[in-house]
Amino acid sequence: MLPEFLLRGWLAGLALAAVAGPLGCFVVWRRMAYFGDTLAHGALLGVTLGLVTGIDLMPAVAVTSALIALLVVLMQRQRTLATDTLLGILAHSGIAIGLVLLGLVGAVRVDLLGYLFGDVLAVRWQDVAVAVIGGAAVLAVLRHYWPQLLFATLHDEMARAEGTPTTRLRLVLMLLVALVIAAAMKIVGILLITSMLIIPPAAARQLSATPEAMAVIAAGLGGLAVTLGLALSWQADTPAGASIVVMALAIFVATQAIGPLVARRLGC
Amino acid sequence: MSRLLVEVVGASVRLGDHQALENVDLALHGGEIVSLIGPNGAGKSTLVKLVLGIIEADSGRVTRAPGLRFAYMPQRLAIDPTLPIDVDRFLDLPHRHPAAERQAALARVGIAGLGRRPLQALSGGELQRVLLARALLRRPDLLVLDEPAAGIDYQGQAAFFGLIDSVRREQGCGILVVSHDLHLVMAATDRVVCLNRHVCCSGTPEAVGDDPGYLALFGPRTAAALARYHHHHDHEHALSGEVAHPTDCGRR
Repeated sequence: MLPEFLLRGWLAGLALAAVAGPLGCFVVWRRMAYFGDTLAHGALLGVTLGLVTGIDLMPAVAVTSALIALLVVLMQRQRTLATDTLLGILAHSGIAIGLVLLGLVGAVRVDLLGYLFGDVLAVRWQDVAVAVIGGAAVLAVLRHYWPQLLFATLHDEMARAEGTPTTRLRLVLMLLVALVIAAAMKIVGILLITSMLIIPPAAARQLSATPEAMAVIAAGLGGLAVTLGLALSWQADTPAGASIVVMALAIFVATQAIGPLVARRLGC
Repeated sequence: MSRLLVEVVGASVRLGDHQALENVDLALHGGEIVSLIGPNGAGKSTLVKLVLGIIEADSGRVTRAPGLRFAYMPQRLAIDPTLPIDVDRFLDLPHRHPAAERQAALARVGIAGLGRRPLQALSGGELQRVLLARALLRRPDLLVLDEPAAGIDYQGQAAFFGLIDSVRREQGCGILVVSHDLHLVMAATDRVVCLNRHVCCSGTPEAVGDDPGYLALFGPRTAAALARYHHHHDHEHALSGEVAHPTDCGRR
């Protein structure tokens, strides 16, 4: 029989993978990996603000990440600094401000490692509920905007010329990433969150002939990584978040090897 | 007179410190091919964005026929190799079409049977036709083509503009072609608008080719090449001939 804490972590992890796979496809297609990293780093600031104000951490992180996403969109309007420079500034300032604030608050001894690398033991039933319900909501939004997002990803100007609101779509996508990062924090940790958005879609690419197939396969491979990772963690007493990422990497390597065979069967 | 699709009257647009367009007039009608030419930085894309409603005019006005449907054909499509997508799926963006319609559209542009090909595996000419097929599936009132000849060889261009011409006849849509080079659009255009922040001249290709404003903008060498082009154009075989004309080669 599975211990209950493992069951909670596993269910939350599966919910996360189901969302991170399809959403991560857009992160990969639109080359937003560094953006994801920036929001993840900023999540530490959200943790601090949550601790300081006493707000529950997940909403605190979600709001902070969303605000950083908005800030990125606003700052992109000026043309002097390239986007990756802006992201670099925001990512590391987010961490630094978070750490300084923690220092100022002083006496509170916080288990920083838990936030940085995940603490699957800390997943409560209410976190599982939030992950499942929130994940379903994110998937519903993503499904609603899917054709338009795909169109805008292929050619932003073409989509805009034909009446697709591409700026709003970009904002929606960024906010969804912010939400997923907040939800993923406890499971894989701030430093490893982006991997769940990137590695499963990258692995799925080799096995997919359509964008939709890639999204579904990425979700499945992410779920497999969560399952194998938690199993490894349980058996070998390794850190859960890191084990999940290592398993995702192993799956990626495996798909690179079998990918060409699948491609031949798909006829492309 | 056919239906007036878009009318731009006295429009000016500032982009930051830069006056991109100044007092520009432009009228686009159904069934008419208008070519918008001008050097780099002349404001061609700004004017196109104004027509499409992506940006607003600072002064002047833009009126569009009610319920006007646009289709836009970009210069090129740089698809990330991580995005698996074939021609059929692309034709279904942003709205799905029945398979029979997709096949008919591909056949119409001369690439029947390419439906299952990944977009990344298409040649420049094939991709251009896929973009046109997708645009046609929208049944647009106005089709905008941005530098449609970029990266296509000379024969391919001639064939493509022939295709555009027959599409206009079949669908009756208005067509706006953006180009930096009058040569490329000569073969199939009703009216040329020569832009350099303001409309410096407009009219039939022949009239614009002789216009002092055009000559001043593009220089006598281009104008002379254009005159030679006229000459070749009188001989139909020259357009489809395999051998490039020495005069053209010298210029390009």
